[in-house]
Amino acid sequence: MKQQISPSQIRKIILEQAKRANVGHIGSALSVADIITTLYFGVMRVSDPTDPDRDRFILSKGHAALALYAAFFMRDWITAEMLDTYCSDDTLLAVHPERLLPGVDFGTGSLGMGISYAVGAALAARMQNSKRRVFVLISDAECNEGIVWESAMFAAHHQLSNLYVIIDLNGQQALGYIRDVLDTAPMAEKWKAFGWDVKEVDGHSPEKIARTIQSCEQELGSPHVILARTTFGKGVPFMENQIKWHYWPMSAEEYRLALESVEKHP
Amino acid sequence: MELAKNDRRILLLTGDLGYLVVEPFVELFPDRFINVGVAEQNMVGIATGLAEAGLIPFVYSIAPFAALRPFEFIRNGPVYHQLPVRIVGVGQGVEYGFNGNSHFGVDDIGVLRTQPGLTIIAPADDIQTKTAIEKTHALAGPVYFRLSKDSFEIPDLSRDFELGQTQHIGTGKDVLLISSGAITREAIRAADLLKEQGFSTTILIIASIAPAPIAELAAALSSFAHVFTLESHYITGGIGSLVAEVVAEHGLDVQVIRLGFDNLLNGPLGSAAFLHDLHGLSAQKIAVRVENVLRKNV
Repeated sequence: MKQQISPSQIRKIILEQAKRANVGHIGSALSVADIITTLYFGVMRVSDPTDPDRDRFILSKGHAALALYAAFFMRDWITAEMLDTYCSDDTLLAVHPERLLPGVDFGTGSLGMGISYAVGAALAARMQNSKRRVFVLISDAECNEGIVWESAMFAAHHQLSNLYVIIDLNGQQALGYIRDVLDTAPMAEKWKAFGWDVKEVDGHSPEKIARTIQSCEQELGSPHVILARTTFGKGVPFMENQIKWHYWPMSAEEYRLALESVEKHP
Repeated sequence: MELAKNDRRILLLTGDLGYLVVEPFVELFPDRFINVGVAEQNMVGIATGLAEAGLIPFVYSIAPFAALRPFEFIRNGPVYHQLPVRIVGVGQGVEYGFNGNSHFGVDDIGVLRTQPGLTIIAPADDIQTKTAIEKTHALAGPVYFRLSKDSFEIPDLSRDFELGQTQHIGTGKDVLLISSGAITREAIRAADLLKEQGFSTTILIIASIAPAPIAELAAALSSFAHVFTLESHYITGGIGSLVAEVVAEHGLDVQVIRLGFDNLLNGPLGSAAFLHDLHGLSAQKIAVRVENVLRKNV
């Protein structure tokens, strides 16, 4: 594992790779950079991505995969050479995570499916008397999908307290702001009504995210949902809260400015 | 049940269906039975998570709810991750006759046959069902079982179920009738009717739809001028399509006539027997259709 990992290192890799490959989904990856950093460098018990008793992680909002690949690189699960194949021919690093890449527990890309897999994985851990936990990162817009609520109902009914759903609450979806497209608010009330242990946290504070997850461990009997309030495009001011950065790639000048912003906040 | 006794990895999930079917399992293995509620997509998603951890979940529902509602979950879950989820779809074709179109499994094979690495089995009778479950126990990938809701045995099958193999009844030289599933009972009666008219039939049964018995099909098809396929399924995508693919790819000189549902089933409803007859798939109507072709070509 590389030493002293900070979210800004993850952000820098996201920008470098997005620029090199000339692809988008930058804003979504920046939005979850702090959450992913916290999980992979503080919270999850994963000594080795092939250990059957490792904590599981599912990036259900698969389009933020670049943040995940940056974490895998920092964990030394993939090499710099592999990382540089992102979105090139003959790569295992696609826009959405493919299962053959070391570290990917479940391939995703079709929104909503990851939480359903996670429920099964959490149930399996309990049936096998394992202490392993299951973390799944979904987006607020992903809650448009009915399967999220099927999964929520099941997990609460079966009291899967080894399941942690983290919602990247950035208020945006592909073509607009959630409040304009299909509003998912009020989130806390919805999840409470479904029988979940609901926590809210600043999704850009690794310390607070880690503390919140730790505090969940005391709460037995219900699955946990962590509403992580985030800013889409966090760390790059001209991308923040801008719909266009869901899909848009960066120009040379935008890349220079973006790197500058990220490096300013180590 | 026998397998589950010896293999603690086996679980049974149902989408709130199977009244009087799941009870024996529940009684013996209460900790390994989960009614996920009326949520078939979630059932397959959960099964994917369970299978990734080394368990073998059987998921159970009526064919369209097991195969079609969660199709994308089957594709992205057990198929893509190559996990041993066992999908059990009950009701071959129109067996849920009076329940109407929503309950018909007339397109499950066509849809699922597109999926690489998904084993698809349509047993012709109870014995094949049992044997097929045993023979697929060790498969690392997913399996779809297209089961009849009726319980019966077909006598005189040439051999036991094996993956990638066919079974046959009779060795007639005039016509080859290729059948799949419970509707094979109509094929057998049709062969008897044809015999009365002086035509001898070989009935070839495809229970192992994927892996398909390609070599055996090619060999059997090359001995006949006319072959009929019979299935309680739309004629697109099922065993009729499979046979046509084998004929085309092997460059065989044989006419393939697909017997199945060739249109939307939005007419009157009734029992499976009624619907098969209405759509030309009863023994009598099969025999007439075969005879007409054979007489024309004498």
